[in-house]
Amino acid sequence: MLQFSPWKTTIVLLVCLLGLIYAAPNLLTADYSRDVPNFAPGKKVSLGLDLQGGSYLLLKVELDVVIDERLESITAAVRQDLRKEKIGYRGLGADNGAVRLTIRETGDIDKARGILEKLDPQTVVTVDDAGNASIVLTEQAAKDARSAAVQQSIEIVRRRIDETGVREPTIQRQGEDRILLQLPGVDDPERIKALLGQTAKMTFRLVDITASLANALAGRVPPGAQLLEAANAGPGQQSHYVVKRKIEVSGENLVDAQPTFQDGQPVVSFRFDTVGAKRFGTTTSENVSRPFAIVLDNKVISAPVIREPILGGTGIISGSFTVASANDLALLLRAGALPAPLVVLEERTVGPGLGADSIEAGKIASIIGLILVAGFMIVAYGLFGVFANIALIFNITLIVGALSALQATLTLPGIAGIVLTVGMAVDANVLIFERIREEILIGRSPMSAIDAGYKRALTTIIDSNLTTLFAAIFLYSFGSGPIKGFAVTLAIGIVTSMFTAVMVTRLMVVLWLRRRRPTAVPI
Amino acid sequence: MLKPIRFIPPGTNFPFVPNRRIAFLFSALLVVGSVIALFTQGLNFGIDFRGGILMEIRTPGPSDVPTIRSTLSELGLGDVSIQEFGTETDVLIRIQRQDGDERAQLAAIEAVKAALGSEVDYRRTEFVGPTVGEELKEAGTLAVGLALISILLYIWFRFEWQFGVGAIIALSHDIISTIGLFALIQHEFNLATVAAVLTIAGYSINDTVVVFDRVRENLRKYKRMDLVELFNMSVNETLSRTTMTSLTTLLALLAIYFFGGAVLADFALAMIWGICIGTYSSIFIAVPILLYINLKRSEEDPTGVSVPQDERIGDS
Repeated sequence: MLQFSPWKTTIVLLVCLLGLIYAAPNLLTADYSRDVPNFAPGKKVSLGLDLQGGSYLLLKVELDVVIDERLESITAAVRQDLRKEKIGYRGLGADNGAVRLTIRETGDIDKARGILEKLDPQTVVTVDDAGNASIVLTEQAAKDARSAAVQQSIEIVRRRIDETGVREPTIQRQGEDRILLQLPGVDDPERIKALLGQTAKMTFRLVDITASLANALAGRVPPGAQLLEAANAGPGQQSHYVVKRKIEVSGENLVDAQPTFQDGQPVVSFRFDTVGAKRFGTTTSENVSRPFAIVLDNKVISAPVIREPILGGTGIISGSFTVASANDLALLLRAGALPAPLVVLEERTVGPGLGADSIEAGKIASIIGLILVAGFMIVAYGLFGVFANIALIFNITLIVGALSALQATLTLPGIAGIVLTVGMAVDANVLIFERIREEILIGRSPMSAIDAGYKRALTTIIDSNLTTLFAAIFLYSFGSGPIKGFAVTLAIGIVTSMFTAVMVTRLMVVLWLRRRRPTAVPI
Repeated sequence: MLKPIRFIPPGTNFPFVPNRRIAFLFSALLVVGSVIALFTQGLNFGIDFRGGILMEIRTPGPSDVPTIRSTLSELGLGDVSIQEFGTETDVLIRIQRQDGDERAQLAAIEAVKAALGSEVDYRRTEFVGPTVGEELKEAGTLAVGLALISILLYIWFRFEWQFGVGAIIALSHDIISTIGLFALIQHEFNLATVAAVLTIAGYSINDTVVVFDRVRENLRKYKRMDLVELFNMSVNETLSRTTMTSLTTLLALLAIYFFGGAVLADFALAMIWGICIGTYSSIFIAVPILLYINLKRSEEDPTGVSVPQDERIGDS
């Protein structure tokens, strides 16, 4: 064991050197991480949000809404097509993931089945002999719709976040219906949460002037119309509107929206694409002097009366805006609507002050921990303690180097993991040194005692480290955020410490033995 | 030249195993006490598991906790706990999970921020919704369970089953008493505490392995020796190892506990306890318990004289 072959020496030195090269950039103040390709040296350890400050938001896309909307549109199509064919039905509605209705005349069933089956190729239609019909989306269609909705949500979230000017946000899909947002430097995410809390579906629809608002409020809404709340009704203003369900133009056709002022009031100006402009032109031409509702997320922002046809495809939304709310609405319209509402499931925000304090505390704890452990090793094992301490320094270098190379995130618990590893790394040396002492005690020569010490301690060292590694792996697979950071540094630390405590100290001991040829081991 | 100090000189012989009954009584009390604390007091689950809101704020001057308390109690957010955190300018606010879904929780955060105004520095805002809280609870339990099983499988694979049973009992003892400690002192039990419990599980087995290796070695070496004597000798021979490895790790943990900041203090506390109790249980529980499990010794050595130590790799 004490014959340290040249190639073994080379490998040990090479690993230590690599560790130094990868860890070195962390000593620099400048950050070149962006200019360096993956796995090449030059990167710094990337700090978790709990250390650099920032906001972590876990969002859920309410996918049921997507399916419900799809069923709603099928319901509308059923209504239209059955009426056209003069087929009587009752109880039409969508619930529990299916559109249900009952055909009145049994004679109409076959014909109705034909019509229903033609509505949407992605549905399964069942009609029984009593005329009870149900239409459900095929599993594949539902899955595709959900998946597409999440993808689209991520895109919209990205656009909205980009518009707010947050630098280097991380937006990831997590699981089936979740989006993980990491926003470095954001210490007050209230505005972002507010922006993401709106789907921002904008529609332009006609107000149903034939309907009476009083009737509608009492629950008698005419078919094809809808009772909607006003977005920000002040006292004395109309609180509800009866609006036609038919969408004249939708927000999808908007190409631009900007906050601006009109008569000193903040407003939002918008511009349609060609299709939108054409539709908007037609509608406004046909409905001059009628009120036109601008609806955002099922609330009426305003319902101005059309004074003249608007053919240029541009317009202005006025409402009771403040400068900030006009800004936000313009931003939302530019970024586009979310296919489904988002809910914040989890938030963890750390301000820059706490982050900096945590780094400072982590540094102090690491240095004091290192001094205590290193001092103890020298007191307990003398020269061999010094060897162990040199290995310990290499161990820390290797951990930092590995974290930089893998671009793993260093979190506050991660720092605790490094300090803990400092205490655990020397354990292997304690086991080796104690064994050497025992071997000397039974009368072995220095050479043979040291040889036996390393040999015999090895399995115990592997045993100890493996069990802790198991714990780290399970922690990583089940933990979240900062705790994952702990698991990562612990796991890396276990692996590197096995290398440094066994190989690096052995190299030093061998060199020392060759040079000094001692007759007694100072341990 | 540096003269090393031997904290535990060779030939140390404490009567650990002969006095096992005292240790058993102490451990039984510890475990029973932990279970009682767990059932009567329960764990003070942090928001990670219970869901709810946690805010750490820093006020410009020394914090006026009573005023903050009365300001926030007017918001009607239910159970609000306010305490100084680390320094006199820092305050930790915990707000119970609000009725209703995630949106209700977000509204509560906004209400608190509006009530406290802008002169306070929001150092940390954490909110865990009911869904995620449940998931984290499940994941935490699963992680601890699976880690324990894998450690046990490993020990079972490495040693005869009798040793495995000893290790399981010692390990369960360590984990139950750590969780019991948190029930007793009512410190927050959160994800970091689970991390500590898992690390303790992985680490506290180390000392047990060291002693077991020696017991096995001595069983082969001294075939006629009385088991109590043999176990006690094994424990004493490895005492330096078990205590020194724990000491180095404890030193690192003390640094985290005292200098690592308030966020890590509870994590370090759990680990410190776990490592102390882990070393204790390796010596006082894991080994003596082998006396009561049908440990088979290899065939009797007719001479009764100690045989030379074999050259097997890995007896530490």
